[in-house]
Formats: sequence, structure tokens, C-alpha cells
Amino acid sequence: MIALSPEEWTAVRLSLLVAFTGTLASLPLGIFVAYALARWRFPGKMLLNGLVHLPLVMPPVVTGYLLLLSFGRNGPAGRFLDEVFGIVIAFHWTGAALAAAVMGFPLMVRAIQLSFEAVDTRLEDAAGTLGAGQPWRFLLVSLPLALPGVLAGAVLGFAKALGEFGATITFVSNIPGETQTISSAIYSYIQQPDGDGPAFQLMVIAIAIAMLALIASELLQRAALRARKQPA
Amino acid sequence: MIEVALTQRLGAFALDVGFTAGAGITALFGPSGAGKSATIAAIAGLSRPARGRIAIDGTALLDTEKRVFVPKHRRRIGLVFQDSHLFPHLSVRHNLLFGRWFSPRDARGIALAPVIAALGIGHLLGRRPATLSGGERQRVAIGRALLSSPRLLLLDEPLAALDRERRLEILPLIERVRDEFGVPMIYVSHAMEEVARLAADVAMIENGRIVGQGTPSAVFGPQAASVGEDRFASASVLNATVAGEDDAYGLTELRHPAGRIWLAERGGAPGRAVRVVVHATDVTLALARPQQMSVRTALSGTIAAITAGGGPLASIAIALDGGDRLAALATRKAVAELGLKTGDAVFALIKTVALDERMIG
Repeated sequence: MIALSPEEWTAVRLSLLVAFTGTLASLPLGIFVAYALARWRFPGKMLLNGLVHLPLVMPPVVTGYLLLLSFGRNGPAGRFLDEVFGIVIAFHWTGAALAAAVMGFPLMVRAIQLSFEAVDTRLEDAAGTLGAGQPWRFLLVSLPLALPGVLAGAVLGFAKALGEFGATITFVSNIPGETQTISSAIYSYIQQPDGDGPAFQLMVIAIAIAMLALIASELLQRAALRARKQPA
Repeated sequence: MIEVALTQRLGAFALDVGFTAGAGITALFGPSGAGKSATIAAIAGLSRPARGRIAIDGTALLDTEKRVFVPKHRRRIGLVFQDSHLFPHLSVRHNLLFGRWFSPRDARGIALAPVIAALGIGHLLGRRPATLSGGERQRVAIGRALLSSPRLLLLDEPLAALDRERRLEILPLIERVRDEFGVPMIYVSHAMEEVARLAADVAMIENGRIVGQGTPSAVFGPQAASVGEDRFASASVLNATVAGEDDAYGLTELRHPAGRIWLAERGGAPGRAVRVVVHATDVTLALARPQQMSVRTALSGTIAAITAGGGPLASIAIALDGGDRLAALATRKAVAELGLKTGDAVFALIKTVALDERMIG
């Protein structure tokens, strides 16, 4: 039924690689920012909140252009990475992962923040009076209790990363085998006179991956919640 | 020795308390909203008062003048919440051991086995908190706090969320913990029975201030003078000793200088000193020793004071023979018709059925 050409396979593999890398690499920062927004009061909290959520409301092209200006070959961050670490991310799949991470970040942080806010602060107080300092309270109490929300946030971020198009194509273009994901491949095929067939196939695959991700996250969350209610 | 002196503003409420606590149980007693929980939060390090000093055995945990603030995880003060707050994702065993993971090696004075034995929670170790009853949860919470080998244990209304049966089940466990582990405790409650039973020392708090501190009978005695908003809350504490049991009728006889007190429960071994909480609404006054009445307990004394406002009730303070003060409530009409006045010799009658196991300690 679905017979993909090597180019199409490459796009699928690249999409998964980009989305996984972007999600996993941004998850620790996402958890940290979500916890800070949920628990701490600090100057500039509103600003941080706004920055995190900006990609959600800005035109993706603007986000992509900002990334290009800062992480491109001539951008300050891009030059720094190139000169200090020898890493070039403009027009490279890692750039696509960065774009995907930035665009998925608000969704991820939002979900994780809500689950941290749902953790009773008295449990952290209890851990504190039992001798646990802040890092231990976070690792042994808050994070395990917020785990279902962390999983949900990661899946949301992953789904967003898979579908990301505007910022990616602006930042790293649409290079087959390097930065051409499912989304940009579909876009390319639609531009071609006989591209309807491959575009349709890729569309079905995109829907299937998104659906699987949602089901997986639902199952993981249920397992996490069930473990808490059952005898150990 | 624990010294507490705090000043803190919480919105419109001003907390300004000062008291000390020694070995055994010190009760922090007062109505809801008096500032008990705010005081406990400050001692545990959960809040940061504007001004004050908290010290254990001379070591300051808080001293705003010297800018000392020891964070909660370094205070080594155990806290038992009203709603246990066990970690829902950990088994009972891991909840119990949580504090041990963080206590310094040389300060792990309290071991798992005796705590499990004292609280009777051995059969619960593999369970999750969600599967425990309220009473079981609270026992585990006490064990969890105890196992961090604290220098001070704070119990913030630990029985308030439980029903009567569960309270009766846990009160003796708290007494056992008090007697076996030697950790000083501050016990917060608004239940006079619990306080009279557990604590040798009571600090009474009202509207954010300590209004008295001393033995239960000394602190609760003067309450007789006021006709409070809630007449059922007015009570006094009598000091008595167990004389013996009447096996034929299942009663316990308590000896008091003013007379015998009968109790419709087991009261323990003869010679044991007990405190009895008597609600002012359960006391009837008679001018002569009553005959042909079902009441078995008649204590002799003299009227020390009669306080009556414009309402229908009068509060009568009775100086019992032997020293304790007893509060009684009667109608103004009864006081007038009997012609009661200060200095009159009276008998205070107490229905035996009004006294239960909770009332003594």
C-alpha cells in the first residue's frame, strides 16, 4: 500500500531524528524552566514567561528568521559555536532540531508547569523538615509526582517538533537528506506536477506517527498514575 | 530546652508569641485561628518571621537580630501534619526511611525496628499511602518524623482529621512515643482532653498571643471565670489518682481530696496519677450531699466566684477541697433561687457517664 522511495524514507527518518533530538535536548531545560515558573518568585519572571511562550504566538517565519540571524554563519551565536566548538548548525539537521525545540518549547513547558503546580507544596515542606535540601526535594518528591505531566509535555513538544515547518524552512531551508523533514518534503511534492502520490503517503505517515505518540503518552501517564495507587 | 519568641504579621493578623518548652510534651493550646499553625510553621522553618528568636538547647535556629536563619532541612525538627502528607509515590517503608537518608550518620539515634514496634505499623511496610486508612496514615506520619531522629517533634493537630475511635487508638501511641524515645514534643491542639492527657505543660494561645503557660490544671482553671462564646468548650482539669477498680460494675474509682470520682472505663493501675477533664456543662451544684440520686460523684468545695453577664447563664468557679478549681455552668435563675454566693460550701455533682477514657490521662 505504502511504498516509499528512498528520498521519502530519508525524510521520515530525518523527521524522527530531528524531533527526538530537539525534544530530548530541550527537556531538561524545559523541566527546569517549568519548575521555576511554577514554584519560584524572582525578578523577571513575567519576562521569562513571555519569552518562553513567544514562539507560540509569533509567526513561525519570524522565529526562523531570528534563529537565522543569531545562529546563522554570520550570527553571533552561530560564529561562537563555529569558532569555539567547530559546530555549524545553519542549514544542517541540528539546526532543524534547534528550530523544532524552540517551537515545541512553549507547549512542553506549559504542560510540565501545570503538573508541578498540582504537586502539593506541603509534600515538599515535609521532605524539607525530614532533612532534604532543595535539589533532593525536587528529585525525590516534585519530579516523580509531576512525571505524568513531564511525559505529556515531552510528547506535546515531540508532536509539535514533528510538524514544525515555517521556522525550520526559514532557518535551515529544505535540503533533501539534510534538513528536509516530512513537512517540508510534502511541501516540495505538492509543488511538483506529479507529486500528489508521495505527498499523500507522507501525509498518512505523519498522521500515524502523531497518533502513535499520543497513544504512547496516554499509556505512559496511566501507568504512572496507576503505580501510585497500587500496593508496591 | 526550646525557646520561642516570634513577631510576625500575616495580613490583618498579628502573631506575637513567646514561650519555652522542655522535655516531654508541651501543648500549644488555643482555638482555631489563634496562631498555632503559624507558630509551628515558623519553628519548623517553613516561614520566616519578621522578628524573633528560636533556639534549641541554646543553639539559635532563628535570630533575626544576628541574621541567623537555619533552613528547614538543617533544623532537624520533625513535623507531623494534620493530614499526614505522606509521599504518595513511595511505599510506607520508604516514607519511613526518607528522613534517615538525610540525617547525619552520628545523629541517627532512632532505629526503624523500635519505631515500627511502638506504632504497630509492621504489617503496612509494603503498602502505598493511598491504600491506608486515616489512622494508619497518621501513625506512619509520626514514624516518618521520628525516624529522622529530630531534636524536636512538632505535632500540628495530628488527630483533628480522625474520628473518635481512631483518636482513642492513637493517643496511647503518642504517649508511648513520648515515654520511649525521649524526643521533646510540641503538641498543637484545640481539644482540651488530648492536651490534658498528653501534656505536662500547656501554653495557651489566643489572638496571636500566649495568654498563659503552666500545668493543665493551672492553665485551664482560670477559664472558669469567663462565660465563653461556646459554653461546651468550657472545662477544667482535676488531678486525681487511681484508687482501684470495681470489677462487679466495671467502674474505676479515682481519688481526689474533694471526694471520689467514678469513671465508666478502665483507668489503669492503682496509684497512677491521672488528669480528668470535666466540662462545665456536666457539673451540677447541690447545697447538701445528695441522696436518692443516680449521680455517684460528689466533690466538696466552696464557691470562689460567680460570673454572670446579661445572658441566661452564670459561670461558677468552685475551689475544691485540696486545691483544684472546677468550672460549672448553671442558669442565672438557678443561682438566684438557691441563693448561691461567693464563699458558700457546695457539692459539685458529675455524671459518671460524662467521663470517658478520653477525659483522663
